[in-house]
Amino acid sequence: MSTIENLSAIDNGLLRFLTCGSVDDGKSTLIGRLLYDTKTILADALHAIEHTSRRRGLDGIDLSLLTDGLSAEREQGITIDVAYRYFSTGRRKYIIADAPGHEQYTRNMVTAASTADLAILLIDVRKGVLTQTRRHSCIARLLGIRHLVIAVNKMDLVGYSQQVFDAVKRDYLTFADRIGIADVRFVPLSALVGDMVVDRGERLAWYRGPTLLEILEAAPRAHSEDAEPFRFPVQYVCRPQAADDPELHDFRGYMGRVESGAIALGDRIRVLPSGGTARIKDIRSGERSVYTATAEQSVTLLLDAELDVSRGDMMVESTDALQPRKQLDAMLCWLSEIPLDVNRRYSLRHTTREVKALVAGIAYRLDINTLEREARAGLRMNDIGRVSFKLAQPLCADSYASNRSTGAFIVIDEASNNTVGAGMIL
Amino acid sequence: MLPNTGAARLDHLDWLEAEAIYILREVAGQCANPVLLFSGGKDSVCLLRLAEKAFRPGRFPFPLLHIDTGHNYQEVIAFRDWRAAQLGERLIVRSLEESIRRGSVVVKSPTESRNKHQSVTLLEAIAEFGFDCCIGGARRDEEKARAKERVFSFRDEFGQWDPKNQRPELWDLYNARTFKGENIRAFPISNWTELDVWQYIAREKLELPPIYFAHRRQIVRRGTALVPVTGLTPAKPGEEVIEMSVRFRTIGDIPCTAPVESFADSTDKIVAETATITITERGATRLDDQTSEASMEQRKKEGYF
Repeated sequence: MSTIENLSAIDNGLLRFLTCGSVDDGKSTLIGRLLYDTKTILADALHAIEHTSRRRGLDGIDLSLLTDGLSAEREQGITIDVAYRYFSTGRRKYIIADAPGHEQYTRNMVTAASTADLAILLIDVRKGVLTQTRRHSCIARLLGIRHLVIAVNKMDLVGYSQQVFDAVKRDYLTFADRIGIADVRFVPLSALVGDMVVDRGERLAWYRGPTLLEILEAAPRAHSEDAEPFRFPVQYVCRPQAADDPELHDFRGYMGRVESGAIALGDRIRVLPSGGTARIKDIRSGERSVYTATAEQSVTLLLDAELDVSRGDMMVESTDALQPRKQLDAMLCWLSEIPLDVNRRYSLRHTTREVKALVAGIAYRLDINTLEREARAGLRMNDIGRVSFKLAQPLCADSYASNRSTGAFIVIDEASNNTVGAGMIL
Repeated sequence: MLPNTGAARLDHLDWLEAEAIYILREVAGQCANPVLLFSGGKDSVCLLRLAEKAFRPGRFPFPLLHIDTGHNYQEVIAFRDWRAAQLGERLIVRSLEESIRRGSVVVKSPTESRNKHQSVTLLEAIAEFGFDCCIGGARRDEEKARAKERVFSFRDEFGQWDPKNQRPELWDLYNARTFKGENIRAFPISNWTELDVWQYIAREKLELPPIYFAHRRQIVRRGTALVPVTGLTPAKPGEEVIEMSVRFRTIGDIPCTAPVESFADSTDKIVAETATITITERGATRLDDQTSEASMEQRKKEGYF
């Protein structure tokens, strides 16, 4: 097994994934198992959970204690928030967003899913596909997670039976087909005993596919699967205006992160929403000048013409057909205890731009267990519905399905400054 | 449409760096009066390097702030001043001694750990300068209570962190809005682990205070911890003072920071040691976090960064 000791091995970057399922599905045990078998758990943390396991009268180590969180939730025995965990195999670094499973925590799963490239969905093999499984699948699909791994857990409790596993798999595929999930893989495993998580073990010899970790190691990286148009929201304008340095006197650098696509020296770009065009004169990454910049890189772009560019503007290729718009339709997940109020004005933050917005209409609410539509006049916390907005200023948006960075926005309540909604543009 | 061929070239440090730069620029873009907390410790050394990459050739859009407990290692203070001068950026130092003189901090004894009292001086500095955001080098892997920390963490006008009242944080859409008196703590290296930090220090060839590297020091063994023999932490009667090769994995207030036995006298050796290490960073070296399992959570609620 490759572990963190192989630091010199190929660095295949980073993968962000989400785990969902309830405590009963063995989610905490699975995460504990991943951390333990990749040797991420260190001696003192292990010692502490051994101690707690003994105190609770358990025989072995309860790996689920590794992901135990804040004292408030320990007291209540529930998980109230998304927790982030880290491990590395030496080949790849992983960020786990650990989302609680209960229905009232839909917003937490939406939060965890928003940054994930892959989701691991746990099914207790004895219980099969439950309402909760369907809900998690629907959210993963809505949030644009491309790769779904169904971890069929607790195989040790059904005698490692291929038949039982196959029945669960068949059931799930029928459902996945109906809601339009394309890429889904199945792994039979026992998080408790460890089979097929990191090590293959000996009891699931009939299963010839990859272990869970092998799937993670081979999962495609974000932005690597399709050609994407260039999107560069301007975050900050650098104008040093150093009087004593003639080279810096006219320096005007547009700082930001390439959200998708790529840009090269000499490329012609258009600045939206104003529409002015110029060529890329220099691309700086840190102190160095580089020829190209690609998705997920933070760079500084210099143009060959003086344009009026500020934070919130978006650079695209000059031939790109993207048009600023003052109206949008979106799937909106409501996050606040105070329901969506159609009579109020909200603030939308999209990339680095913030605009005022009014709700123009709510088309329907989505039943998150089936993706069926219900007529509904409002949205409450944990509801997801289709909402249209009228905007005071234009946004340069893509559909969320085609671009997660430029298709997403949050809704801010100006009275509390709180983030109250999460939107995915249609 | 350009083919997207470049994404696969980012290794994990490139990705973490790009994310941290993005977060720093969001602070600059959204906040009116931010400040970067710089202690001279390894995490804040990384922050300064990231700020250079984020904002040069311009100046940093924030000053640096250090809360000096008066119990810091001299080497670290000297390093702090050297690094700030080298960058040509403004360094503000506010000291816990001043808070003690003002009476806002009361210490039981002159040698007790001042770590928890730092919060008071920090809040006083925030009020004095009207800072609306403090950029810090905290990481989620450091401690249980940090695993759920937001990248932009909201603090009320008493500097309090309420775990049940944090803003949802989706995609990379950070919300740094505050009303007067409220405050955001922004953590650009939230997603970094101790190993990432050391790998980054090695890759960027960053200078650090010398006590991060193996050196000979007089210590006593107290339980499982190695306690350095200093004016503030003298050997107790009957304790055997031994000299051994040690290094510090974290650096803080002297009475609450313990070194580990090590012969790693270069960054590369520390990277190798960190990759195979068997004890967590704070477990090994922070005497204050062991007091209770929830002690970090408690301190954060009181305004600790």
